[in-house]
Amino acid sequence: MLKNFIPPDLFPAMPEIFLVLMACVILLVDAFLGRTQRWIVAALTIVSLIGCALITYQTMDGQVVLTFSNMFVDDLLADFLKLMLYLAVIVVVIYSRDYLVARQLDKGEYYVLVLFATVGMMVMISAAHFLTIYLGLELLSLSLYALVAIDRDSPKATEAAMKYFVLGALASGLLLYGMSMVYGATGTLEIGGVAQALHLGVANKTVLVFGLVFIVSGVAFKLGAVPFHMWVPDVYQGAPTPITLLIASAPKLAAYAIAMRMLVYGLFELAEHWQSMLMILAVLSIALGNLAAIAQTNIKRMLAYSTISHMGFMLLALMSGVVGPDKHFALNAYSSAMYYAVAYVIMSLGAFGMILLLSRAGYEAEHLDDLKGLNQRSPWFAAVMLAIMFSMAGVPFFVGFFAKFSVLLAAVDAGHIAVAVFAVMFSLIGAFYYLRVVKLMYFDAPVDNAPIQASLDMRFLLSLNGAAVALFGIFPDTLISLCTYALMRSL
Amino acid sequence: MSSLLSLAIWIPIFGALVVFAAGNDKKLARWAALAVAIVGFLVTLPLYFNFDVTQAGMQFVEQRPWIPRFNIEYLLGVDGISMLFILLNSFITIIVIIAGWEVIEDKVAQYMGAFLIMSGLMNGIFSSLDAVLFYVFFEASLIPMYIIIGIWGGPNRVYAAFKFFLYTLLGSLLMLIALIWLFLQSGGSFNLLEWHQLRIDMAPQILLFLAFLVAFAVKVPMWPVHTWLPDAHVEAPTGGSVVLAAIMLKLGAYGFLRFSLPIAPDASQYLAPLMITLSLIAVIYIGFVALVQADMKKLIAYSSISHMGFVTLGFFIFNQLGVEGALVQMISHGFISAAMFLCVGVMYDRMHSRQIADYGGVVNTMPKFAGFMVLFAMANSGLPATSGFVGEFMVILGAVKYNFWIGFLAATTLILGAAYTLWMVKRVIFGAVANSHVAELSDINSREFLFLALLALCVLAMGLYPYPFTDVMHASVDNLLKHVAVSKL
Repeated sequence: MLKNFIPPDLFPAMPEIFLVLMACVILLVDAFLGRTQRWIVAALTIVSLIGCALITYQTMDGQVVLTFSNMFVDDLLADFLKLMLYLAVIVVVIYSRDYLVARQLDKGEYYVLVLFATVGMMVMISAAHFLTIYLGLELLSLSLYALVAIDRDSPKATEAAMKYFVLGALASGLLLYGMSMVYGATGTLEIGGVAQALHLGVANKTVLVFGLVFIVSGVAFKLGAVPFHMWVPDVYQGAPTPITLLIASAPKLAAYAIAMRMLVYGLFELAEHWQSMLMILAVLSIALGNLAAIAQTNIKRMLAYSTISHMGFMLLALMSGVVGPDKHFALNAYSSAMYYAVAYVIMSLGAFGMILLLSRAGYEAEHLDDLKGLNQRSPWFAAVMLAIMFSMAGVPFFVGFFAKFSVLLAAVDAGHIAVAVFAVMFSLIGAFYYLRVVKLMYFDAPVDNAPIQASLDMRFLLSLNGAAVALFGIFPDTLISLCTYALMRSL
Repeated sequence: MSSLLSLAIWIPIFGALVVFAAGNDKKLARWAALAVAIVGFLVTLPLYFNFDVTQAGMQFVEQRPWIPRFNIEYLLGVDGISMLFILLNSFITIIVIIAGWEVIEDKVAQYMGAFLIMSGLMNGIFSSLDAVLFYVFFEASLIPMYIIIGIWGGPNRVYAAFKFFLYTLLGSLLMLIALIWLFLQSGGSFNLLEWHQLRIDMAPQILLFLAFLVAFAVKVPMWPVHTWLPDAHVEAPTGGSVVLAAIMLKLGAYGFLRFSLPIAPDASQYLAPLMITLSLIAVIYIGFVALVQADMKKLIAYSSISHMGFVTLGFFIFNQLGVEGALVQMISHGFISAAMFLCVGVMYDRMHSRQIADYGGVVNTMPKFAGFMVLFAMANSGLPATSGFVGEFMVILGAVKYNFWIGFLAATTLILGAAYTLWMVKRVIFGAVANSHVAELSDINSREFLFLALLALCVLAMGLYPYPFTDVMHASVDNLLKHVAVSKL
């Protein structure tokens, strides 16, 4: 038996292996450190992620390489998304540090769980098999459930974790059930194999479409698209802000990746079916997200609803692929979805980073009123937040405008003019609550005149974040072209 | 390749960053802003003096790839239609900076910087020949205006700022879809000049025209989507009102000439009766509305809407006199409305009231000011020898040529305009001193004299000798009209 065993090519999975090892090392190192030396763990975490980035960058060759018996794929799409992912997680760790230290939450577990969540996302991004997707997703979700509850004494956080866990488990169940249908119809769970079985027409379409419904529901849950969005506002609000920052940023990249892997790579032949499902999700998300956000007084909850509408926009791009004999015809749509996801991550990091900046020891800047008069307290950070808010509203010259623009372009190209008009009308409604944030910062007098306390690295990074929102808006081509190129080489 | 247009756009914007850096140093911020504004104006002068009046096409063209992925270019250029607005805008920016000199004491650097950024963005709008570039400037210019109304505005400023932003955004979002549709239809180009040659069927032309109409009608503003303007004007600080009336309102009208007419000529002809009707409603009905206003700023705001009705009327009668008259009217209205708002600002700074009823007999305490105010009021009601007359007269002539009764109805503006403006002047300036506050008024200082005199000079020069203004637009307007006359079906 062992004679036939061919060891898998570990090379494409180097970053994942490295990060798992580092997570274990950090877990050990942490056991020997006291409270005051905890910064070493944070530094190690960042160093590991940078190391990962280097490995990914070094091994990036534009080839599509499958390994672990076709369960794991390393292509340019994966490499690009992973690089963005590391960057996002590094930013998350730096933004979160002050907040966690002030609340004595900077335990070693935090860093280890963040790293395991990252590994989970990396596995999702590189999945070439339905089960790999499931594995990655569970690794991510379980780490996140624990992270949401990391502040054990907070009843709100515990409630949020419970809600997230129960609903998340249900969604995983749905996804798994859908996968089993796919297996039943095609006899394989390899994404390439499923695509081939569909292409040859040997699979039972009825069973597949039945399974597809469950798969789309599972993905929609992870993205937080309506009507699977119930957990989003509660978890965003209940979780400690650094955890919200994590949940709201990097996993969107992974969710985009699994949507691509399952729907486009695997079930492309069923595109007309899942496109109409995504259309319903997109339309509902854009409408409900924007409407509900208006009524919020809590920033985190408002941003949660705003996330829902942004995910609606991303789905709008995903559903706009032109169905043809070649997936490359739909390149525009999928690359604009990817660009939207990346742009959203940049904006969302900045927005939640700003909440962390305004929070101090014993004080949570959670209410919209906490932003009042920010322009008088700190004109610079008010300007950063202004850029982020206008960017989210889709006003140029900010990255969010071109993200919306490319999505609308794809949608109109696919003939969905009515949906595009619908989407822009609701983003008009959405503009209201972003404008309200600007109004609070600029037009109102501050209620709280305490100077902003934040470490230098956080100030610097947040400034950089704001600059990125503006710069990628003035020179959007680099990012758009990178997304397109990565996807073109991987389809 | 000349880079004058780029300079005209980016000098004020980067200059604004320098002004922001001045922080709490008010004096430095003011002088830096003035320096930037003057340099910004000087670089636009060669646009006029080196302009080739015989050429109808685009001049001073700059072309660079901007977003190759979607074939979006950094494509700038001006013709006889747009060139004057860049000068006007850069000139008004200087006036606005001077007008806010001592009046604004709160966050001076941000105030000055916001106006400079807006000035740069507006130059961008007037010179963009790439649709996305145009759109980007068009939308981005909402941000500084929103901030200006919201921070330095009156008591109801938040409401006005939101209404301004959301109203204008509503229009431009539909236009965005239209632009994307045209991109796909033209086989992947956002070049406006290429779009002008694009053949489009009647039904899509009408839809395109309507999408553009929503965007530009809100901006002009045309009846019945004008309601944001009185609010915005009343609440905005004086400088904000000046820029809003003198430049921002022109963007909508300019959009008709650059987008609606040349891209959808058949739909323009087909829907011209609708446009003429809306314009006449603006001219007459809004004229009556202006008559009953108790607030001076509101009165001038309604008067602006009425005058802009004249501009859209001039465009949609499709003859040389009408279009050129409308363009002259736009420039002239830029001077006159700026001056009128500044006059109200001068009085408001002293009395902190804009109500006509609070004034009376101002001429007794402010004779110099009264002189200016009467001159601008006359210009606003279209007195010959002032710039207000030239444009209105040309449009009325054009309208009579097109249809006598349209010309007749348009001509009522001469009566209505005189009625609401002069009646206001009568109540505010003349008569006996109304109350002790008016008795204590001090006449304008040299700074106020400076900006009023500059504007008075422009108003008179343009009224007495409009040739330098009309000369540059002949070729381009002629070309546009020829283009519109040819069906694209």
